[in-house]
Amino acid sequence: MFMTFTILVIKVDPIQRSVSWRWENMVMVGVGSFFLSFLWRYAMARKLAGNKNMAEGKILKTTIIQRLMEDPKLFRPALIFLAVFVVAFPFIFSHYQINIMTTALIYVVLGLGLNIVVGLAGLLDLGYVAFYAVGAYSYALLNYHFGLNFWFALPIGAGLGCLFGILLGFPVLRLRGDYLAIVTLGFGEIIRLVMENWNEFSFGPSGIANIPRPDFFGHEFSLQNATIFTYFIMIGLALLTIFFVNRLQNSRIGRAWIALREDEIACQSMGIDKTKTKLTAFALGATWAGMVGVMFAAKTTFINPPSFTFMESAIILSIVVLGGAGSITGVILGALILSLAPEYLREVREFRMLAFGACMVLMMVFRPQGLITNVRRVYKFEKSPDSKKEQNL
Amino acid sequence: MEHFQYFIELFLGGLTRGSIYALIALGYTMVYGIIQLINFAHGEIYMIGAFTSLIVAVVLTSLGFNQLSIIILASLIAVIYSSAYGYTIEKIAYKPLRNAPRLSALISAIGMSIFLQNYVQLAQTSDFVPFPSLIPDFDFVEPFAHIISTQEIIIILTTAVVMILLTILIKFTKIGKAMRATAQDREMALLTGVDVDLVISVTFIIGSATAAIGGFLIASHIGMINFYIGFIAGIKAFTAAVLGGIGSIPGAVLGGLVLGWTESFATGYISSDYEDVFAFALLVLILIFRPAGILGRTTAQKV
Repeated sequence: MFMTFTILVIKVDPIQRSVSWRWENMVMVGVGSFFLSFLWRYAMARKLAGNKNMAEGKILKTTIIQRLMEDPKLFRPALIFLAVFVVAFPFIFSHYQINIMTTALIYVVLGLGLNIVVGLAGLLDLGYVAFYAVGAYSYALLNYHFGLNFWFALPIGAGLGCLFGILLGFPVLRLRGDYLAIVTLGFGEIIRLVMENWNEFSFGPSGIANIPRPDFFGHEFSLQNATIFTYFIMIGLALLTIFFVNRLQNSRIGRAWIALREDEIACQSMGIDKTKTKLTAFALGATWAGMVGVMFAAKTTFINPPSFTFMESAIILSIVVLGGAGSITGVILGALILSLAPEYLREVREFRMLAFGACMVLMMVFRPQGLITNVRRVYKFEKSPDSKKEQNL
Repeated sequence: MEHFQYFIELFLGGLTRGSIYALIALGYTMVYGIIQLINFAHGEIYMIGAFTSLIVAVVLTSLGFNQLSIIILASLIAVIYSSAYGYTIEKIAYKPLRNAPRLSALISAIGMSIFLQNYVQLAQTSDFVPFPSLIPDFDFVEPFAHIISTQEIIIILTTAVVMILLTILIKFTKIGKAMRATAQDREMALLTGVDVDLVISVTFIIGSATAAIGGFLIASHIGMINFYIGFIAGIKAFTAAVLGGIGSIPGAVLGGLVLGWTESFATGYISSDYEDVFAFALLVLILIFRPAGILGRTTAQKV
């Protein structure tokens, strides 16, 4: 209460030298902190109890979604329902809703891309949005100068993202985790500042307008249909990403990433090339960001540097953190929650970033594995007598 | 002669700027030295310090205090508030994660930073707020006024004093000894009877206090603040801390000065559009070629 006093209660206006006292806020903070402190204590106690349970080897309760995923009888109908819903979506809901959904899907793919870097390989990348910007600008500029269409720009954007990823990754991946975070953060800001200031190249702060929407073999759609078409491309891209990341996760390199995240030194002694493995993760993440960047430019038809601030990186990061680092369903769910909630809860929109920040802290403190825990593949030893113990470990 | 004067101006501008970075970097470096965590919320504490001193200053002015008492009270209250924030942040966001992977603590720190930024934005304003110029001009500076202002002199002096005080604190007092012990080996320190929690809290409080002083000084120097100043300042101060070798106090000051000069000369002689780019580029280069910093020693990784 004491702490929040000055900033919440007293609002000054130095120009007019007036001071307004806002006592009503004080009461709110008082009541709020009273309840929150109880909640905090309760949650801490639960966390400690949870740790004890884990130590004793009790099986943790699985969530509904996990059970849904594991049981094929439930899983298949759910999947079919989801597919029908996804296909029918643009024909049921309005134009505006489709646009929101496309944005949400962009975040899904971005989240999955960052998930490769942060979730699987454990490299904290705070400048992810830089690669996103690279993709968006490469489409916008190539289209402006050479009239390149969307389908050619998509792989070029992805390639350029990859190139930048390697260029940045090569020197900095030798650094330890927290330095890497800062360097990528710095890099993200450099890209944005360059875009803002290099007028001859990127048209500066005014951005690039009139970027064409995606066409279908030269056939251009009306605005209404183009939105639907963009939505379907995005669905396709999201499915491709899910498939790709899913396959990647259990591949040799995916397992190498996870191992590297857990223990670098043990990994090196097992013969995994540290730099190369990390670089692949970094480059793949960047490729995805580049691709989505092209998509973003095509969807909004207008880009400018303020779309690519650090806040955007932070949002994508909180998607990964909220959903559960390393888990695909978790990240999808996180992306949908974080991008759809602000749209439908417009009255409290200004509190969005506040909630993001609080969310990140609370998730890390109370549920570091995210909403949906990533289920590791477990190899079972059927014949051994103490197989149950092994599984629980 | 004109060239020379331009050079001197840039040099002193860089010195002032660097001193501010150094003040913030001191907090970074101390916290990093003890718990190996980049405290992302540190820049935000600096911003809160600036805001608190602004509020106190305006309230006191309207109550009719004289200038000297306003300066003292505003900076004092800013220091107290920032320390309280630093203490609470540590308790809420970092303490439960002390044994968790470093990535978790880092993400938690970023979350805290975003939270505080938006908290101030919502509770105060998102616009730039003019800051009253509190520090009076001294008479004896008059002849040099075109080169260096009183505020700049005060900033440079304060940084020097704070650095010396901190060095004394760490080298010669009991709590300083405890800090060094905790930085070396937390468990061992615990075994020999050092109250590690207390030491970490004190570190956060001291770091926040220096950040608040920095916030107060820079706000009265530049004359404008908004909720976003903490972010860029935080990154630059971190650059300074890394530049000098993170964990070392003279290193932080040296790094701050080097960064200040780099920015000042680069904007003066090359281009002012890319001011922040130079700082970031310097950071990237330093981390690539000399991750241990100018005064830092390379330590072998423990297995």
